[in-house]
Amino acid sequence: MKKLTRVNDFVIRFANVNGSGSASANNLFAKAVFRLGIPVSPKNIFPSNIQGLPTWYEVRVSEQGYLGRRGGYDFIVAINGQTLEKDYDDLLPGGYFLYDSTRALSDHFKRRDITPIGIPLTDICNREIKNPKLRPLLKNILYVGAIAFLLDMDFSVLTDSITKQFSKKPKLAAPNIRCLELGFNYASEHFKDVCKLSVKRSNKLSTHILMDGNSATALGAVYAGATVAGWYPITPSTSVIESFDTFTRQYRLDETGKRKAAIIQAEDELSALGIAVGAAWNGVRSFTATSGPGISLMNELLGLAYFTEIPVVLVNVQRAGPSTGMPTRTQQSDTLACAYASHGDTKHVMLFPSNPTECFEMAADSFDLAEILQTPVILMSDLDLGMNDHVCLPMVWDDSRQYNRGKVLDREQLETLTKDWGRYLDTDGDGICHRTYPGTHPEKGAFFTRGSSHDEHAVYTEDNDAYKRCMERLTRKWQTARTLVPKPRIKTDDGTAAGGLILYGTTAHAAYEAVEMLGKKGIALDTMRLRGFPFQDEVCDFIDRYGKVFVIEQNRDGQMRTLLMNELCLVPDNLISITHIDGTPIDARFISQSIETELSKTQPPKGGAL
Amino acid sequence: MNSRRPAFRHPDLPKNDLGYTRRDYEGGDSTLCAGCGHDSITNGIIQACFELSIEPHRVAKLSGIGCSSKTPAYFLNKSHGFNTVHGRMPAIATGANMANRDLLYIGVSGDGDTASIGMGQFVHVARRNLNMVYIVMNNGCYGLTKGQDSATADKGSSSRKGRPNPFEAIDLCEMAVQLGAGFVARGFSGDKEQLVPLLKAAILHKGFALVDVISPCVTFNNTETSTKSYHWVRDHMEASGTFDFIPERQEITARYEEGATQSVALHDGTVIHLHKSDNAFDVTQRRAAINALEDHREKGQILTGILHINETLQDTHDILETTDKPLNALTQEELCPGNQTLQQIFETYR
Ligand SMILES: Cc1ncc(C[n+]2csc(CCOP(=O)(O)OP(=O)(O)O)c2C)c(N)n1
Ligand code: SF4
Ligand SMILES: [Mg+2]
Repeated sequence: MKKLTRVNDFVIRFANVNGSGSASANNLFAKAVFRLGIPVSPKNIFPSNIQGLPTWYEVRVSEQGYLGRRGGYDFIVAINGQTLEKDYDDLLPGGYFLYDSTRALSDHFKRRDITPIGIPLTDICNREIKNPKLRPLLKNILYVGAIAFLLDMDFSVLTDSITKQFSKKPKLAAPNIRCLELGFNYASEHFKDVCKLSVKRSNKLSTHILMDGNSATALGAVYAGATVAGWYPITPSTSVIESFDTFTRQYRLDETGKRKAAIIQAEDELSALGIAVGAAWNGVRSFTATSGPGISLMNELLGLAYFTEIPVVLVNVQRAGPSTGMPTRTQQSDTLACAYASHGDTKHVMLFPSNPTECFEMAADSFDLAEILQTPVILMSDLDLGMNDHVCLPMVWDDSRQYNRGKVLDREQLETLTKDWGRYLDTDGDGICHRTYPGTHPEKGAFFTRGSSHDEHAVYTEDNDAYKRCMERLTRKWQTARTLVPKPRIKTDDGTAAGGLILYGTTAHAAYEAVEMLGKKGIALDTMRLRGFPFQDEVCDFIDRYGKVFVIEQNRDGQMRTLLMNELCLVPDNLISITHIDGTPIDARFISQSIETELSKTQPPKGGAL
Repeated sequence: MNSRRPAFRHPDLPKNDLGYTRRDYEGGDSTLCAGCGHDSITNGIIQACFELSIEPHRVAKLSGIGCSSKTPAYFLNKSHGFNTVHGRMPAIATGANMANRDLLYIGVSGDGDTASIGMGQFVHVARRNLNMVYIVMNNGCYGLTKGQDSATADKGSSSRKGRPNPFEAIDLCEMAVQLGAGFVARGFSGDKEQLVPLLKAAILHKGFALVDVISPCVTFNNTETSTKSYHWVRDHMEASGTFDFIPERQEITARYEEGATQSVALHDGTVIHLHKSDNAFDVTQRRAAINALEDHREKGQILTGILHINETLQDTHDILETTDKPLNALTQEELCPGNQTLQQIFETYR
């Protein structure tokens, strides 16, 4: 058997039972790799359950900086009896299988192409840890210690992390460190030179941080000056608001300790968005965060905000649908539901962040965009981005940046108005009109906001022409939006590319890696990473350039492809959908293999009657 | 009513403390049916705001959907208004109030808008104790969709459709008391003498103030057999007592008979003196209010007036400990922690 032999380049998968405290132990390992200066990408694949069901934690260690999922596992830490067999089968040939040898493996486990590493974790715990309550938790720390030896890791990074973690409760640090040592020592006595995977300190990371997308989004909202948030708990968006709460409790207090933010846990998502809409109408920056089921409930109010032109920010941390679907698994399956949310002719601006840096920047920008355009802006994150930690560079806030609050008339401006003012009167052709906040002026600027059809002066009307004028102006505004949303990131080579590849959001890391993999095989692809909707001309031009364009996405029906076809009036012949829908984050091997398969198919005859 | 009002203004129209006449509190022409109870409530709101010398532009008026929810267009033209979607006014009002705590929020809803589609929102805005006046124009039916029974229609009552309503009625006032609302009152659109003071008290109350106003729908539910008809309500209404206001700092000159009056000081210092009638009960006690409502219901009577008042509650802003300055008046400097802080925050992510 050829053992997998690599330095700083492998995937390790932890198989645990949820609610057993494994996540923090596994995170301890991932953070140690990060602190050793090596790019790392942990992914928590967890059930919608509080205790007792299978959960996995994957860590990809990649000196070269590949942060997407690669596909395949080189090392498995199998702590969950329920999934032992499957975990065993999933291991790549040449890989390592660490298990609790307190119970011997049954006869099924007879692969000869892997290296089993049995450590009597339960026995050691029972023997060494007096307090039975602590045993399950510390068992996890024990295997981290063993892995540290097996992977030849700098042990002090782990002990330092523990000390830091328990700086406020130093008493708790001691048993944790002792367990690390117990695991380390057992492995060193029994498995010397067994594992050929290793972790070596590197200088690939400098000022990098390890941060989840939801915290970054919340920080973006804090920096953009958002003050009102309405919300209803739903995985995986909950931590957006919880982080916003934590940050504002620390950084948004007045001199007397009172809060410069109002966060309301509403009775449902209709109310959550309603609160954000009411607040935005009254002149603050406000937002809500939700996921698929919440988006469905918010539809009516999204239409209201669109038609009454109220700037509101909606963070959608997507999960696998339909219905309750797989609430703790990732997907990009709300693309169409968000693009056209609500009845009647509606369209919404969407932003597609693909890492925490963009979560921060796009969250901050979305408030400017919403207020400039006076319309809802939807930040399309997902569970993988929102809830997993990602290595990224620290974001920077430009202190000279001024919030752009859009066209709002203040008391002065109302006082000195010379021309006729109407809330929905477009004076300069960009489709955007001047609004006023309630309470601004005793005599001027009051208007009546209504979701029923209205004329330029916000007066109710059933006049066909007035209605048409309003809808057409909203189309003009949509054209203005095209010039303001972030442009796609296009990477082209020398014109020899075999085709194009379109990606967005969290598909980025795996897709770019797949493109490199294909490049090494002589298949060159140009890429375009979509970052905003509506689409600009660049998007259309890119697609026109190639005979084949692969659209990579994490939903069944190729929703982004549909949106591109629909919005850009494309003939779909050259748009090939590559979709990954099992709820785990898409991986590079899957993408490259799918593209190879597609390219090997004979090209269908093009053209025909249009 | 569709009739245009004459533009002529009498020079001697009475003015309030701010120098405004009643006209300054009016709105656009009503498009409701002639005789609709809702128009009388509109007039009550205008009168109450005028008498209290409320600055019109410091009011935000909000509503859901229905004939009733159209009325904010018919009062306070100088205020911003928001005619939202069916049953969702409470959420919009909550957000608006969070953004600017210094305005007066008047929400108008219907019995369909509140007791059916918006029941969840009504319940939660009450328990949040949002500082607002919540007026239900209660006609026991869905006026705008042509007269279907609503959830406040009494069991056995029948509208123009003629079929007696087979379901139990929801009493919004009783519910609001149970939910902990600090001000609960019931009025009748046909009794201006009572309605205007009720609305004034609701406006002065800090926190959630429900005024459930029975407001006959002349087109669909004003039949002999309807318990929400003018006729029926006039015959069956019992007031919990009359009351008057003594505004802040005004010397109390009137002398009230011992035991016959209950005085409650409102947040701004105004004192309400409730003159007890035969129906008297202690309006500051939740249990007493609920008992009184139940007693009257059993007798087939409609209890009106102030039903419950509690001036000791915290409103949403108090509960959330928000800053005194309206959130929409905070500047970027007051909101953005700056790059240096950001970089410090990142230390915890290494
Ligand atoms: C989501 C939704 N469903 C249904 C309607 C139709 N609708 C409009 S008004 C109304 C009932 C209004 O009844 P109520 O609130 O009692 O007002 P009223 O007309 O009686 O004053 C309904 C069902 C709507 N506008 N929105
Ligand atoms: S239908 Fe009824 S509620 Fe509606 S305006 Fe006419 S009378 Fe009033
Ligand atoms: Mg009604």
